[in-house]
Amino acid sequence: MIQAEGLTKVYQMGESEVRALDGASFTIGKGEMVSIMGPSGSGKSTLMSIIGCLDVPTSGQYSLDGVSVESLGERGLAEVRGRKIGFVFQQFNLLARTSALENVMLPLTYAGYSGREREKRAFAALERVGLGDRTHHAPNELSGGQQQRVAIARAIVNEPTILLADEPTGALDSKTGVEIMDLFQSLHRDSGQTVILVTHDAYVARHTDRIIRISDGRIVSDDINPNPIKAGTAREE
Amino acid sequence: MLFSENFKIALRALRANKMRSVLTILGIVIGVATVVALLSIGNGATASITSSIQSGGSNLLTVSPGRLQMGMASMGQSQQMSHLYYNDFELLERTLTGRAESVVPVYQSSYQVTFGDESFSTTVSGVVEEHAQVRSFSLADGRFISEGDNKSHLRVAVLGDTVATDLFGSFSPIGKTISINGVKFEVVGLLESKGAGLGSPDDIIFVPIETGYSKLFGDTANYNGRKTVNNILVSVTETGEMDTVSAQIAYILRRAHELKPSEEQDFNVLSQTDTLATLNSVTQTLTIFLGAIAGISLLVGGIGIMNIMLVSVTERTKEIGLRKAVGATKNQILTQFLIETVTLSLLGGIVGILLGVGIATAFSVMGLISSVITVDSILMAFLFALAIGVFFGLYPALRAASLHPMVALRYE
Ligand SMILES: Nc1ncnc2c1ncn2[C@@H]1O[C@H](COP(=O)(O)OP(=O)(O)O)[C@@H](O)[C@H]1O
Ligand SMILES: [Mg+2]
Repeated sequence: MIQAEGLTKVYQMGESEVRALDGASFTIGKGEMVSIMGPSGSGKSTLMSIIGCLDVPTSGQYSLDGVSVESLGERGLAEVRGRKIGFVFQQFNLLARTSALENVMLPLTYAGYSGREREKRAFAALERVGLGDRTHHAPNELSGGQQQRVAIARAIVNEPTILLADEPTGALDSKTGVEIMDLFQSLHRDSGQTVILVTHDAYVARHTDRIIRISDGRIVSDDINPNPIKAGTAREE
Repeated sequence: MLFSENFKIALRALRANKMRSVLTILGIVIGVATVVALLSIGNGATASITSSIQSGGSNLLTVSPGRLQMGMASMGQSQQMSHLYYNDFELLERTLTGRAESVVPVYQSSYQVTFGDESFSTTVSGVVEEHAQVRSFSLADGRFISEGDNKSHLRVAVLGDTVATDLFGSFSPIGKTISINGVKFEVVGLLESKGAGLGSPDDIIFVPIETGYSKLFGDTANYNGRKTVNNILVSVTETGEMDTVSAQIAYILRRAHELKPSEEQDFNVLSQTDTLATLNSVTQTLTIFLGAIAGISLLVGGIGIMNIMLVSVTERTKEIGLRKAVGATKNQILTQFLIETVTLSLLGGIVGILLGVGIATAFSVMGLISSVITVDSILMAFLFALAIGVFFGLYPALRAASLHPMVALRYE
């Protein structure tokens, strides 16, 4: 359960200040699949970083499963990131010269799992995203879509309750993008995780059950999408 | 998170920039190698000097010209300013009977020696018969300079081990005629080697001092028409009387040199213990001096490592952001980067130790100084490298650990 009330984020740029978020309020229930849409610079990434506990708001309340984030220290935030949240980025952000398996093991390392347990779980996560046969490939030996799958495996390996994806299809061609959306939908269906994804592509957004639009740091609309597209079915436009 | 995992991450990061890593640790390698080589060679030198001085006898007093200055300067005291005379020797020999077992004069200088095609410059020492006993020389072959040689001004010579090898190779030199500064001498004896070290006779050719004065040394051995000597060696009968005899020598020579009470001595009397103390202070000064150089090199090496680690932290900003996004705490990032720096410096330390041991061993093999490699010096170098790693790694690691996760992730 994600509850946000009047979230504001102000960046100080010398004399001037940038209001990246300006009083955003919303609630996202457990197991929802939501997309956040908006033009470039509207504050989507800033919002995601607050939802994902990478950053704290300048003002406003944000609580995760009833726990207010302000009350958590630096260490507490790191723990929430490690246990409750899985991140997927536009640029994959995999460690270079490091095998897919080791990349996926990374969150488990910080969470303190034993070596054997880590390997087992990381392998299962890679199987889940369809890369069971690419465990020892380094990122530069994988296609863009495969790299994003590794990143998704890394995001789900800790079995987080919330999966956050900031423009996960932004660096991929449309066909591969659809495959990734298919993966998100099936992860959402199978494990009931809350999935929040940022996109500026309306077609991608229509794969989710709810679409929040944001502009200049404010939420301008928040609608239920009654007929989400099932990924892989023919595009009708 | 375990040390071994951090270590693996560190090795991967270092391997990704092999050349850079190698260049970075060079400062540490040189510093540590210097420390290890220096300590080993220093230990060896001290040991060999000490043993060669002690083998000279603990009852030996050496009288030399010049004013005594302690420390470094005493090595190169100005000998031309003051002189010891052959008369001084005769005077001491006369007056010290009973207290001294023997009193012997030494005049030495460097000359060109030739045998066949071999020719080089070496020290030629004019001595008397008792010299061998005073200095505890042993003969490998033939005989030492005799009283008769001196009386009759015979042109005979006794060779140190190294000189003999250089001139004759493995052949026996006995009975051969060598030329010293163009004057022919017959080799009558060969000394046993005493090994490299101060006061070792290995590089010296001994001739009768009287022959030397009349046929070899020429005018350089004269000052104001009097024959000069470089040293007078006095072997004291009772070791307990060293100080008394030393004072007596000083008294006799002051009078002989007609020094006023206010004037400083123009000679000095040193026992083996004094010589050892002087030498030790010299070695200590040298060790401190070279140690300081090694220390500076380590410092520069450490700064180099810190610089590269700061570059590395900047380059890997995004990676750090990602690690934080997947749950790494501040401490975990700090530990990771600290271990990376320590790995670098320890790698440098290990290579440096190997290099230092290699240099020290090379010194031994080449016969320059038999270096003594101690566990102490290796351990010290290792701990030094470790300390450098921790000290200079702390700041870059703190920088990495305190990066804001979101700012780090957005970094391009
Ligand atoms: N660290 C920062 N410092 C200053 N301004 C920033 C910073 N991060 C983001 N911004 C500004 O905040 C606004 C929102 O950025 P962002 O959340 O990245 O937008 P989006 O992801 O929707 O493109 C932009 O105007 C951006 O320039
Ligand atoms: Mg963005």
